[in-house]
Amino acid sequence: MPEGVSRIVEDLRLANLTKQFGETKAVDNLSITIPAGSFFALLGASGCGKTTTLRMVAGLEDPSAGQVFIGDKDITELRAFQRPVNTVFQSYALFPHLDIYENVAFGLRRRGVKDVDAQVGRMLELVELASLARRKPSQLSGGQQQRVAVARALINKPDVLLLDEPLGALDLKLRRQMQIELKRIQSEVGTTFVHVTHDQEEAMTMADTVAVMNAGRIEQLGHPADVYETPHTIFVANFLGQSNLIAGKKVTSGEIVEVAAFGLGFKMPASRNVAPGMNIVVGVRPEKITVLDLHDEDKLPAAHNRIFGVVTDVSYTGVSTQYLVETPWGQTIIAFEQNSIVGDRCAVGDQVVLGWAPEHTFGLDPAEGLTSGLDKAVVELESDPEA
Amino acid sequence: MRWIRQNVIGAIAILVLLYLFLPIAVVIIFSFNNPVGKYNLSWNEFSLDAWSQICGVPGVCSSFVTSIQIGLITTTFATILGTLIAFALVRYRFRGRSSTNLLIFMPMATPEIVMGSSLLALFLNLSFPLGAVTIMIAHIMFIISFVVVAVKARLQGMDPRLEEAARDLYASPYATFRYVTFPLVLPGIIGAALLGFSLSFDDFIISFFNAGTLVTFPIYIWGAAQRGIPPQVNALASLVFMSALLIVLSAQLVAWRKRRSLATR
Ligand SMILES: Nc1ncnc2c1ncn2[C@@H]1O[C@H](COP(=O)(O)OP(=O)(O)OP(=O)(O)O)[C@@H](O)[C@H]1O
Ligand SMILES: [Mg+2]
Repeated sequence: MPEGVSRIVEDLRLANLTKQFGETKAVDNLSITIPAGSFFALLGASGCGKTTTLRMVAGLEDPSAGQVFIGDKDITELRAFQRPVNTVFQSYALFPHLDIYENVAFGLRRRGVKDVDAQVGRMLELVELASLARRKPSQLSGGQQQRVAVARALINKPDVLLLDEPLGALDLKLRRQMQIELKRIQSEVGTTFVHVTHDQEEAMTMADTVAVMNAGRIEQLGHPADVYETPHTIFVANFLGQSNLIAGKKVTSGEIVEVAAFGLGFKMPASRNVAPGMNIVVGVRPEKITVLDLHDEDKLPAAHNRIFGVVTDVSYTGVSTQYLVETPWGQTIIAFEQNSIVGDRCAVGDQVVLGWAPEHTFGLDPAEGLTSGLDKAVVELESDPEA
Repeated sequence: MRWIRQNVIGAIAILVLLYLFLPIAVVIIFSFNNPVGKYNLSWNEFSLDAWSQICGVPGVCSSFVTSIQIGLITTTFATILGTLIAFALVRYRFRGRSSTNLLIFMPMATPEIVMGSSLLALFLNLSFPLGAVTIMIAHIMFIISFVVVAVKARLQGMDPRLEEAARDLYASPYATFRYVTFPLVLPGIIGAALLGFSLSFDDFIISFFNAGTLVTFPIYIWGAAQRGIPPQVNALASLVFMSALLIVLSAQLVAWRKRRSLATR
């Protein structure tokens, strides 16, 4: 492909894609369309089927059922080496016997491309590795290896680039740097990126679309802000960021849904409630909550939802302060407050009121249980009274 | 006290090396001896006769060449067959795979004298003429085991994701093998071949049973030992030792130069 000519990249579409390993359904009837040229993040806990999904797109695993399309073309039956898809593997999988140059040139050579030298040179420039072209992979740092892996895949100008937790092995600082780098490269080449990660912050900062995956299914998919602000399941509310969840019963419906729980009333717009029945879980993100001394309750707007409680813990984290507040019914509510308020912060033992806007409230179906999506170890720790 | 503690490991190392290399040193030194009488066992005087007339004793060189030829042919066949078996055992699930895995160890576990004599019985029963062919059949049989074990270890240690990465990067099954699998397994195959050659070259017991009238180098030495081993044998043995040394050293040199060229780049 001559440079400067924009090529037509097409949508990646998965249709009822399923993978069964014996008893376990690793991927369960997955149907999604990933728009051409977008940065798509697949987010989920370990073992939820992310790698398996990517492998089926790459052609390294045969689906038990369903199809993979690029544009209108069904590529389900194509072998891995015939697909316009390349992968950056979870462990890089660089060829140890070839130097960096040959690793990057591998795909071009297999396809018999002519100007290998120029293309490899340009690609190594792009990932800033030109000076290390003759090193072996084992002589590079983790971050450098990661860039080689990206270069080796990208040089083939695939329609779709699959990235399987490419940043998992890097330390935090390098990770942030690589995230920016990857994002830059993506906007430069315009390839569709499907990025698997279990770092939610990474998914939200990089992607145009995030999909939260759980046990082989997509729980929710959308713009990062939408998924975060309006989770549709308890799993998403807990897995993507943190949430305070209070189980209650619907009192009124209409434009505004009112829920009664523990003698208190909570309101939310009907559009933010997904619970089908009378039982509703009321949710709110910690940073949406204002923490006020009980005497200052009148400072809260009248329409705000509110909870009363006692501060049990205050931790200062620099940008914000995290409060743990115990409610009369024994639940701990978590709240973040920006450290921009003038005056005293609340202290442990203070009687406080927690307030937030109905528009920041969401309603969920309680069927899956309030701890769905939480780290199991944390749940056990918190429910253990001795701890 | 401290001096002893600091040097004890060095001292032990020197003793062990002496223990390992003394016999070889003796062999080399006595290749320069001009023995009195038949036996090259006590030092008489320095001489280059054994080296300048290395084939001076009848039978020495021809037996040496025979052993080299048998070693090369045996190694070629055993390496190819053993490599194929190793790939089959690691890469494919087939009926009888686990029993093959076990049986492949049998020739290594069987005492050579048992194997040599039973092979002889077999060849005699089939009225198969004894000679180079029977020796090679016997050698290939037990060297295959060593090759399979060495290549299998290499294959199993290989990350399967490397081959997947190759396929992902447009390599057909053949290209994947040619450019990824084979180069990665090659050191194992070369190692197996070197080991195989030295096992064949060195083998006396099995060869002796199945040689008929053919004289290999070990058989020649065994025969000569009755009459007194000529210093030419020492010279040839020194040559073998030095070629082995040369192979090791040049491998080291290649690795060292690679590292250096990287450092200066
Ligand atoms: N080859 C296989 N044979 C049997 N089960 C498998 C195989 N590969 C994956 N699985 C199972 O399928 C499920 C999904 O695995 P997958 O590797 O897709 O998870 P993942 O989401 O990528 O997890 P992680 O974040 O830990 O990489 C897991 O339960 C796993 O045990
Ligand atoms: Mg994975």
